Amino acid sequence: MLKDITIGQYFPGRSFIHLLDPRIKIVISFIFIILIFFVKSFLGYAFVFLFLATVVAVSGIPPKYVIKGLKPLIFIIVLTFFLNIFFTSGETVLWKAGFLVLTKEGIIQGIFMALRLMFLVSGTSLLTLTTSPISLTDGIESLLRPLSVVKFPAHELAMMMTIALRFIPTLLEETDKIMKAQMARGADFESGNILERAKALVPLLVPLFISAFRRADELAMAMEARCYRGGRNRTRMKVLKVEKRDYIAMLATLVFILIIMWDSYLR
Amino acid sequence: MAIKIENMSHVYMEGSPFEYKALDGINVEINDGEFVGLIGHTGSGKSTLVQHLNGLLKPTSGTIEVNGIKIEQKSRELKKLRQKVGLVFQYPEHQLFEDTVYLDIAFGPKNLGCTESEIEQRVKEAMVLVGLDYEGIKDRSPFELSGGQRRRVAIAGVLAMKPEILVLDEPTAGLDPRGRDEILGKIAELHKKHNLTIILVSHSMEDIAKLVDRIIVMNKGRIALDGTPEEVFRHAQELTEMGLAVPNITHLIKRLREAGLDIPEDIFTVERAKEEILRALRGGFNA
Repeated sequence: MLKDITIGQYFPGRSFIHLLDPRIKIVISFIFIILIFFVKSFLGYAFVFLFLATVVAVSGIPPKYVIKGLKPLIFIIVLTFFLNIFFTSGETVLWKAGFLVLTKEGIIQGIFMALRLMFLVSGTSLLTLTTSPISLTDGIESLLRPLSVVKFPAHELAMMMTIALRFIPTLLEETDKIMKAQMARGADFESGNILERAKALVPLLVPLFISAFRRADELAMAMEARCYRGGRNRTRMKVLKVEKRDYIAMLATLVFILIIMWDSYLR
Repeated sequence: MAIKIENMSHVYMEGSPFEYKALDGINVEINDGEFVGLIGHTGSGKSTLVQHLNGLLKPTSGTIEVNGIKIEQKSRELKKLRQKVGLVFQYPEHQLFEDTVYLDIAFGPKNLGCTESEIEQRVKEAMVLVGLDYEGIKDRSPFELSGGQRRRVAIAGVLAMKPEILVLDEPTAGLDPRGRDEILGKIAELHKKHNLTIILVSHSMEDIAKLVDRIIVMNKGRIALDGTPEEVFRHAQELTEMGLAVPNITHLIKRLREAGLDIPEDIFTVERAKEEILRALRGGFNA
């Protein structure tokens, strides 16, 4: 049951998108997020869709998989849609019942917002789907390095993220195992009211915390035994390098930026 | 018939790139009161198989029936089933969570809805079964006990549910030889005195050979061999190919036979080996 979570999951592969420098991918993702807020017309969203569809096609990830990632957010998307439909003031009133007013502008705004959310989520999930957690943190570390001038602990932060990401599957597995062990002793996690359910979690959380602390302790010991002492003078086996395909990706992104800007301001 | 499995398969994460077929067409029947050893290399599917026995996992295809209860995707009798089938996971001491040993062992019976006095009775019995001193440690925290004791507390927690079938997944992993012998001794006693159906999962031939009536060997999600220890250990070659070792003593016997000593082939305990070797040697002197 816990294994069905796909947000932040890596989809292994060796496509053009997978092999891009993680720094470039992170920066492009940021540009994509910002750009979505500039889109003002349906034509603009058509371009956004085209861009995303191209990335998905090139990456070789089944589109079904990307859409599945939207599922947990359906509630928020639908809520945003309806909020915007009814609370946007507009001229062309289509329907009216008490304080609820349905306008043409509202419907358009609602669709816009829902589309914006869906593109935001699927766009960013593409980053994690095509980048392994390790190269993602490598990328973040490298991007944050300039900040070390002002004593920002870039390496330590990246190491913490790597460790956290590394232990997500381990802890999920552990949770699954303890949950099963307690279910084998008749524990019931699935029925009862909120209070009862919260109480039922005690037999799960206590062993989980104990094992998390034990793991942290063992890891710290193992790192110390191998003389880990932070980022100073550390070299790496795989040095990130910007290559030809990264320039191609940058060029494609630039074209995308220009198209959106043209659509929003010049048309 | 305690357990009846027909053509059962299980696929993890179906439809994702991580899809993995852990069980592939399992057919097996286990009778009441049998003591079965389930052996297999890491990843052979043995843990997946035992999790089906009390409905923690449900078959992707095929059927499984335990004590007349069918386990299907929408089964409603799972709670009843979990009382009948006690499952002790690997490193069961990691599931302890209560303040005292008593409360932890009482967790199962409490979930079954037993009365206070019945719970006390069950906790007492369970602790005696695993050889723990009730008065001495019932009020202590499980976390201040030794590893072997903690494991026995965890096993008592399952026994307090009074299961008819007891499944133990690697109950001796990570214990020292003495702790291992104690646990195995208690398990054998449960089988003999209380006539429980026991399924013992292990990858150690040595442990299993001494205890069980029947061995089921799993390999790559299928049942590779099934029979008495004598029958199974005769397939030394195949076992080695599956990454399993026959008991050391069986190796020794094989070498002695090759060297010309007249002893039977199917020996897998040191005691029996001693007798047979002595007999062969004495016989040799007499002739």
